[in-house]
Amino acid sequence: MSLQPLLEVRDLDVSFYSDKKAIPAVRGANLTVYPGQTVAIVGESGSGKSTTAHAIIGLLPGTGKIVGGEIIFDGKDIAHSSKKGFQALRGDQIGLVPQDPMTNLNPLWRVGDQIKEALVANDIAKGSDADRRVLALLEEAGLGDVERRARQYPHEFSGGMRQRALIAMGLAARPKLLIADEPTSALDVTVQKQILDHLDGLTDELGTAVLLITHDLGLAAERADHIVVMYRGSIVESGPALEILKNPEHPYTRRLVSSAPSIASQRLSSVKAREEVRQQAVQTAGEIAAEIATAEGVVGKGENEIIVVDGLTKVFMLPGDRPWRKTELRAVDDVSFSLRRGTTTAIVGESGSGKSTVARMVLGLLKPTAGTVLFDGYDTAQLKGKRQMALRRQMQPVFQNPYASLDPMYSIYKSIEEPLETHKIGSAKEREAKVRDLLDKVSLPTSLMRRYPNELSGGQRQRVAIARALALEPEVVVLDEAVSALDVLVQAQILELLNDLQAEMGLSYLFITHDLAVVRQIADDVLVMQNGKVVEAASVNEVFDNPGESYTRRLLDAIPGRDLLTTA
Amino acid sequence: MWWYAARRILQTIPVILGSTLLIYALVFLRPGDPIRAIFGDKPVSDSVIEQVRAQYNFDQPFLLQWLLFLKGAITLDFGQSFTGRDVSDLVAEAFPVTIKLALMALVIEAVLGIVAGTIAGLRKGKLFDSTMLVTSLLVIAVPIFVFGFVMQLIFGVKLGWFPPTVGGNTSFYNLLLPAIVLALVSFAYIVRLTRTSVAGNLTADHVRTARAKGLSEGVVVRRHVLRNSLIPTVTFLGADLGALMAGAIVTEGIFNIPGIGNLAFNAIKRGETPTIVSVVTIMVLVYVLTSLIVDLLYAWLDPRIRYA
Amino acid sequence: MPKPTLPGQERYVAPIDETPLAAVDSVQVDEAPASQWKEAWKQLRKNPMFWVSSVLLTILTIIIIAPGLFTNADPRFCELSNSLGPAEAGHPFGFDKQGCDVWARTLYGARASVAVGVLTTLVVALLGGLTGALAGFKGGLSDTFISRVSDIFFAIPLLLAAIVCLSAVNNWFPDRGFWGGVLAVVAALGLFGWPQITRIMRGSVLEVKNYEFVDAARAIGASNQRNLWRHIVPNAISPVIVTSTVSLGIFIVAEATLSFLGLGLPFSVVSWGNDISSAQELVRSGTSLNVMFVPVTALVLTVLSFILLGDSVRDALDPKARKR
Repeated sequence: MSLQPLLEVRDLDVSFYSDKKAIPAVRGANLTVYPGQTVAIVGESGSGKSTTAHAIIGLLPGTGKIVGGEIIFDGKDIAHSSKKGFQALRGDQIGLVPQDPMTNLNPLWRVGDQIKEALVANDIAKGSDADRRVLALLEEAGLGDVERRARQYPHEFSGGMRQRALIAMGLAARPKLLIADEPTSALDVTVQKQILDHLDGLTDELGTAVLLITHDLGLAAERADHIVVMYRGSIVESGPALEILKNPEHPYTRRLVSSAPSIASQRLSSVKAREEVRQQAVQTAGEIAAEIATAEGVVGKGENEIIVVDGLTKVFMLPGDRPWRKTELRAVDDVSFSLRRGTTTAIVGESGSGKSTVARMVLGLLKPTAGTVLFDGYDTAQLKGKRQMALRRQMQPVFQNPYASLDPMYSIYKSIEEPLETHKIGSAKEREAKVRDLLDKVSLPTSLMRRYPNELSGGQRQRVAIARALALEPEVVVLDEAVSALDVLVQAQILELLNDLQAEMGLSYLFITHDLAVVRQIADDVLVMQNGKVVEAASVNEVFDNPGESYTRRLLDAIPGRDLLTTA
Repeated sequence: MWWYAARRILQTIPVILGSTLLIYALVFLRPGDPIRAIFGDKPVSDSVIEQVRAQYNFDQPFLLQWLLFLKGAITLDFGQSFTGRDVSDLVAEAFPVTIKLALMALVIEAVLGIVAGTIAGLRKGKLFDSTMLVTSLLVIAVPIFVFGFVMQLIFGVKLGWFPPTVGGNTSFYNLLLPAIVLALVSFAYIVRLTRTSVAGNLTADHVRTARAKGLSEGVVVRRHVLRNSLIPTVTFLGADLGALMAGAIVTEGIFNIPGIGNLAFNAIKRGETPTIVSVVTIMVLVYVLTSLIVDLLYAWLDPRIRYA
Repeated sequence: MPKPTLPGQERYVAPIDETPLAAVDSVQVDEAPASQWKEAWKQLRKNPMFWVSSVLLTILTIIIIAPGLFTNADPRFCELSNSLGPAEAGHPFGFDKQGCDVWARTLYGARASVAVGVLTTLVVALLGGLTGALAGFKGGLSDTFISRVSDIFFAIPLLLAAIVCLSAVNNWFPDRGFWGGVLAVVAALGLFGWPQITRIMRGSVLEVKNYEFVDAARAIGASNQRNLWRHIVPNAISPVIVTSTVSLGIFIVAEATLSFLGLGLPFSVVSWGNDISSAQELVRSGTSLNVMFVPVTALVLTVLSFILLGDSVRDALDPKARKR
């Protein structure tokens, strides 16, 4: 083949400087992109994948610098181009579709004007000609009613529409290479699929090469011809997409492949192991229930269904277009389900489905407009004073954002001890022993006790949050997107930990998530929510193998890389 | 948008009522008989005193006095000063002078502050930035009247570029030096504010996206950094006109300008309730109106809040 | 149909020993634990601005505690025969119009100025902090009430309001001694200064209130009181601390300005404001700059120190400036 590569990155080294010390972010990266090809860089946060992409387009943030290697674009080394040199390249040679649609459009300019800028700056079109091109580009990006859309401001767009606008912007000057930096990770899965399909079609049609940056190996394998896996600044493995997925050789890639929920959920390797865990959990839970039925001072009747939610509804009153008018928002509409002791019920839905509102109402953090939550036979709304405190003990949350769920002013010890102290459990000594025990349970060294949350990684914080939730020996843990913000490998570890804890302590989980892929790894029953309503409720196997609703099917189809291993 | 504006205007009513009541109470609680103060040592008959007392409503209970004042104020009748002139006439003479002074200061601080702050923000950490930071800190730390004296001495007396005092001739040229003095402190704040937000905006995601489109650096700064950075500065400027008018008390004293600050200061010293309350009311009105305008301007600058 | 491999895209696997596959989630245990404040302190230590201001403020503190260490002259011992006398032994900056020692008056004047600054800041921070925390935390009617009341106080320019207040106080107690004088100025500035802090604290509490750790504490069963004081306030307070440090300097300037207008501290109190104000005639007539220069420099250095301190504390607390 006499094909010339469009982009060749050779031995690229990028460092960031802080206090005159160089901190390497990318070390000796090599990759090649041919015209019209899609190449994906896969890696976790901090792997250097975005830094590599930004180096190619000359937009390294802050103190970042290329300290070695070459970036050959269209036959010329651009690694050490001047500001002007990069400026000439950007737009009509190399385009960018950035990561977060919420922050990447200037909120003060109309969407149309922002796209027009790209046309004018690259001498593609001017004046009314450019205006017409803008409309065509928006239409091409899959937006309807383009004349009105072009005149609107970014805040009038949904996340998916903004990303479409950003795609229109990135392709406006018909670049030869488009860098797509996690272009859809901030979007709901169904939207994500639509947008990626569209981007695929467009770049195929235009013959644009795409450098796709993603954390999702499944997505990369589905979309790219060639995959580059990065880990801590270096490339650990690269090769044809399917080959990497089916046949990972580097231990890191292997872990990545086995942890990626989108792919892992396809392989039912541990069904048997899971069943064992489940049996054990149910048994432990049964023992606890028997204890409760006879013990005093604890809320509960030892029912088999520990949480029964009936007709739960939440209506928010929002300010309307006139000050005296309010509009109703039915965030949760007549939701009923039950959670069996020692099992996991997952509530799955996209943003705005009302799944987190359900969790907050179950936890008693939010008052329902209608409906009841029965905890082990008792209506939680009726409990007052001491009994309410007792209920609090038995139901604990773990939240999504590992950076906001621990008080930054509290040491790890104090964070985990706080629930014990609040409920006046044990002496100071006993409490310390308990905290040690809890840290041990979540596999964290006890040397961590005197540290503060800002010193820990996201996964470690989430472990601390789990330890805190377990401090009061609850029966139910409400996991509100508890693993969604974590990197794949860490996510897999936390899910494993949750599984083990469930078996050991007979815990029941209410697992709130937007990610249907992880559900298979943890849940027994699934509740699919859309616009505040339950659209499907069934066992996990039923949902995955034989989804009853079209919405559920759409969610399943949107899981990237789902069909790769079965069909290919 | 219109409902937002309406709500915003409604909110100003309690502010105006509350602040005049507050000032009324402060002046009312002053000990001593203000009527006696009018006549000084001159012997006057009790009937005259009663007459004057009634004229100023001093014989009414406190709250009623305030209501009567409000009633008058709506028809622009602020009563009479102790020298027997209509307060509205006094204000009408002094107000334009102060407004002229304050607006000149506002323009000076806005133009210089935004330019200096933008350059400093674009060159964060460089020489110009450090110089501007130190200068702005010094300006904030030195009391304004010291600046007044020093500049009066240097540019007025020694160099003779400007008249040291203004007096009756309130021409643009005569007011220039006092306006610069008045503008100094706010200038320092604007430099700091603009610098911070320009520097912050430079690293914003949407600015990177703008660069990725292939825009030239000049266009990126003009269209994507500056406009976004000016929002906090504009907010500050709006609230500042009121502060400048209050600051004029000092500046007008130093340069002997017959403005509203001078009027207020002398009235406070003499305890002239009607004049004090009128002047304060006007200053509060100016503050409330400018922040109202700025809030509505905001909606123009930032489309996100148009439908709030 | 698999495509042929293109040059540069051959299968590549990094040698395993080259990229040690450390535990994905390991903990660094060899560093000292760092709370938010300790991290801030680490940043502060590196900032020269912080050290300059600390040294100046330490000197200032010594001057306030024992001004006698720096001069033997009595600030109240004034002889007209010394009027505007030049510097001489024991009197490094000469004498003012009344024949008082300029250096001694500046040293002793620090007390009044700093007392006004510190006390006003305390009053404003307490009043503003409490009302702001209440408004932000409770929301609803309390919020509306506090916000509207603070709007009223905010609408009257601080300097103007203080002038009106103090002229009333002047009429009540024409001579009120050192503390009487200081407290009057503190009351006047405090009464109209708190809304600024209220707004800052309210915004800060509103933000912190939404963090998940607050919900987690509620789910544990922590009471509202506990949540507010143990979790929300400690996390919301840092902008208040920063603003307070800067405004401490501003209040000192405001006191000087009020004294210049003849409404600040009583004339019998030795203070920078009074000294600067009484020296204005000398500057105007061009007689002497020196008499004004010394107290002005003292005041400027003090105010600068507080502003620099506030600035460096803000930089240290700024989460963007610190690593995650």
